[in-house]
Amino acid sequence: MSSETKKVLFGPVIDNNPIALQVLGVCSALAVTSSMANALVMSIAVMLVTAFSNLFISLIRNQIPSSVRIIVQMAIIASLVIVVDQVLKAFSYQLSKELSVFIGLIITNCIVMGRAEAFAMKEKPGISFLDGLGNGLGYGAVLMVVAFFRELFGFGTIFGMEVFKLVQNDGWYQGNGLLVLPFSSFFIIGLTIWAIRQWKPEQVEED
Amino acid sequence: MEHYLSIFIKTIFIENMALSFFLGMCTFLAVSKKVSTAIGLGVAVVVVLGLAVPANQVIYQAILAPGALDSMMGITDPAQSIDLSFLSFITFIGVIAALVQILEMILDKYFPALYQALGIFLPLITVNCAIFGAVSFMVAKNLTLGESVVYGIGSGVGWMLAIVLMAGLREKMKYSDVPAGLKGLGITFITAGLMAFGFLSFGGISL
Repeated sequence: MSSETKKVLFGPVIDNNPIALQVLGVCSALAVTSSMANALVMSIAVMLVTAFSNLFISLIRNQIPSSVRIIVQMAIIASLVIVVDQVLKAFSYQLSKELSVFIGLIITNCIVMGRAEAFAMKEKPGISFLDGLGNGLGYGAVLMVVAFFRELFGFGTIFGMEVFKLVQNDGWYQGNGLLVLPFSSFFIIGLTIWAIRQWKPEQVEED
Repeated sequence: MEHYLSIFIKTIFIENMALSFFLGMCTFLAVSKKVSTAIGLGVAVVVVLGLAVPANQVIYQAILAPGALDSMMGITDPAQSIDLSFLSFITFIGVIAALVQILEMILDKYFPALYQALGIFLPLITVNCAIFGAVSFMVAKNLTLGESVVYGIGSGVGWMLAIVLMAGLREKMKYSDVPAGLKGLGITFITAGLMAFGFLSFGGISL
């Protein structure tokens, strides 16, 4: 794999993370992270939608008149999300109920729009596809980190498997009630950003 | 009347779009540096939500809902009933984009001062998850036309309240000594988390 491709694919995971640095796609990152299974499904869905919307938009980038480009991008993204939603409803109805409106909200997830506008409108299809995949990966990485802490310390489980035995089940671990509540992901993301910026000081914002 | 009032209060405080459902977070975090711009964006969101939710409610109930087209097409056999609800995502986003565009033209022609003040925020609203989220919740809750007007305006006011409060806090926070790695985005996330924590206490109100 050439270094260029590697940079496009893995750069967004730490160096240019969509959530931690570009402030994109925070909307749905918070509400679906109470369990790792939900977070994984959401990450995969966003990754696929971002990658394919980048691919298709890049394929027709020279035909899109710039005055109506937002609508064209929206139509492509919305169609992809409908496909994801229908597939999820068909194969995993329970999960699609749990994620409820948040699958639909991928349409307005700023990562998808942001990458389409910033990358796919200018670059060739192949590299755009990888960029979409990479940004989906970066989004997924943050989602999984948040979900890991929330599920492990909130419920004592990972992917539903018991790691810490809860007091309710005659174990020793008292679940952390704060982490069960959705807003705790704000703190975890905030602290994750701090950790990344301690490691990569060039990301620190000036006043 | 009491019923509508309780929906209004509920959408502002108990089911706050930004701080309970975490919708519209991208703009919430990015555009909350100054109180004056936060108010401008807030007003625009209230107007768009107040129009988009009822408009989509009418379209959904008249065309997209399962069985809505049956009487018009003369279908009596329930097995042939038309269900277009899978098209709802793409329809909603189209309606929202069109509404924002029309609003932009009307403001430009009749209220140039307001148009100048809102400027770049109007087109941004199309991809604000709060709008799409409120429309999706309207479908999920099966609201009537009257309820959807109240619900739209209420959720807009709630979102505006949240972003103005956030901007106020951030203006003051400029003078505090924040660790370098937390500056900017990190501390904003944690502040938003604390605000969401505070708003949680409204959950105890029963209407």
